[in-house]
Amino acid sequence: MKIITGNDLRTGDVIWWTGEGWSRHVNDAVEAGDHADAIIARENAKQIVTDTHVVDAEQTADGVRPAHIKERVRALGPTVRLDLSLKPADPDAGNWVI
Amino acid sequence: MYQYDSYDQAMVDARVAEFRDQVERRLAGDITEDQFKPLRLKNGLYLQLHAYMLRVAVPYGTLNSTQMRMLGDIADKYDRGYGHFTTRQNIQYNWIKLSDAPDILADLASVEMHAIQTSGNCIRNTTSDQFAGAAADELVDPRPYAELLRQWSTFHPEFDYLPRKFKIAMIGSETDRAAMKLHDIGIQLVRNDAGEIGCKFYVGGGMGRTPMIAPVIGDFVPPLQMISYLEACLRVYNRYGRRDNKYKARIKILVHEIGADEYRRQVEEEFAHILTLNLEPPPAELERIKGFFEQPGFEAGLSDDLDLSDPDFALWVDQNTHAHKQAGYTIVTISLKPAGGIPGDATADQIRLMADLAKEHSFDELRVTHAQNIVLPHVKKADLYALWQKLDEAGLATANLDLISDIIACPGLDYCALANARSIPVAQKISARFADLGRQRELGELKLKISGCINACGHHHAGHIGILGVDRKGVENYQLLLGGSEGADTSLASITGPGFSEDGIVDAVEKATDVYLAQRADGERFVDTFRRIGMAPFKEAIYAKEPVNG
Repeated sequence: MKIITGNDLRTGDVIWWTGEGWSRHVNDAVEAGDHADAIIARENAKQIVTDTHVVDAEQTADGVRPAHIKERVRALGPTVRLDLSLKPADPDAGNWVI
Repeated sequence: MYQYDSYDQAMVDARVAEFRDQVERRLAGDITEDQFKPLRLKNGLYLQLHAYMLRVAVPYGTLNSTQMRMLGDIADKYDRGYGHFTTRQNIQYNWIKLSDAPDILADLASVEMHAIQTSGNCIRNTTSDQFAGAAADELVDPRPYAELLRQWSTFHPEFDYLPRKFKIAMIGSETDRAAMKLHDIGIQLVRNDAGEIGCKFYVGGGMGRTPMIAPVIGDFVPPLQMISYLEACLRVYNRYGRRDNKYKARIKILVHEIGADEYRRQVEEEFAHILTLNLEPPPAELERIKGFFEQPGFEAGLSDDLDLSDPDFALWVDQNTHAHKQAGYTIVTISLKPAGGIPGDATADQIRLMADLAKEHSFDELRVTHAQNIVLPHVKKADLYALWQKLDEAGLATANLDLISDIIACPGLDYCALANARSIPVAQKISARFADLGRQRELGELKLKISGCINACGHHHAGHIGILGVDRKGVENYQLLLGGSEGADTSLASITGPGFSEDGIVDAVEKATDVYLAQRADGERFVDTFRRIGMAPFKEAIYAKEPVNG
């Protein structure tokens, strides 16, 4: 699946497109289908999100997981400071296989 | 140390006001990200993997306690309670909000600090010897010259858009503690046979994807012509540096491609021209700056004796202190590399404690080292035990300076948008594997450096043991390098062969140390043994197949 991510312009937080807005939790990300470019163009124009891009991901039993390690680290937070991570809202986040 | 005059303060304050306006316009949607990005980068504000990252300049690695305390307060007030000291003697905060950035810069300006030129294709913060002004082997204190260089390079209009970033290191000792020959320009203050002081220029070194050791370009430039010679070096680079190819744009490529002799010829020609323009700062300015770097009020006639009856204290003294130029004083290096810790990270409380200890025990001075540790440069030996006890209580008394667990590691894929692999977990695993201090001391000086990508912020090319993280089809893989060094015996490490997994690289490091222990001659460090016996025995051990039982 293709999902859309970016950073909140004001806070820098990593955020994911939910179909209606943006969430800090990757499990809220939805398939962007063929509309990714249009969504990114529309959201960029609002000037509230930056560095928007499309990411390959898969829907797993545990939720949405980006395909590439870099995006998984973005989704989870630094693997060496799980105490600081806000994302995802997954109580088992510490056991993710990065 | 140097204190801002009204011009310095006005410049920094103006920059804060300018950036505040730029941020307001960006948040209001009046300017686009494409327009804003170069503006925020000019103020050290990156967008990294998880948030904005602010890199704060620590000029030539020198801080007073007020500045250090502010760095701790910023970590608490605007970040998540910690900061990361970098291989360029700076500090980075990983969780900055864009809307807070102007206030942070204002707080920094209130203690004579800033984030100017910590990013972009300009002259970056000059680095220096962390023992400057204190080391027993020092010929000349490099800090006044580094400060002059800071003033010259800050907002220099001609060099604000160079082909690539530009890094300068400056030292005044025979011992190079600043990796000088691996910088775009390294300047060493030397003395000639007539007893005069001069600047020896090494130009065209660097790490990254094409590591090179800088050749000598200027043997002996009078200190009062240092700025003109720098102008000449930069002008030739600015004129001919490869702006067409980012990967060939550093000065090392230019010097390598046209040759050191031709580059030197062009620099000398430009230098002769610049001398006719009288661009050099007046000698009185250098003298004014020198006035800020007078020796602190050392007590005379102190004893060098120490009570070393506490064995843990004795170990720490042996490992983490260095000879001071003044009898009765010593230089203390505070390790930011506890067993299993994150190299270079310090909590806000630790940062403030180090500030307090500097105020109480080190004439209000601290230094950041390129090896991501903190130095208290002027500690009275009579105070040393009390100081050590306070450090120990705060988890800051790890006695591992220059040992295998004193690892340089870049932030890697845990934080950095450019990285291909994580550096910190590898550092933590190696640090844990070799946690036994007796084992580390048996291995002796062993500099291990880890980078999470080819840009080499973790200096892996200069590690006795270097590790480079790469992306192999979406999976982290780690290459092992051996035989690098910085300082007087600067050399570039060679890759051993195929890479390893995260756990495999830890095993490979251990096998390399086993070879060293088995083969070393008396007095040899790891890198000395490697140079004597070569790569083959290491490679054989590292890639040996495990025997199959049954």
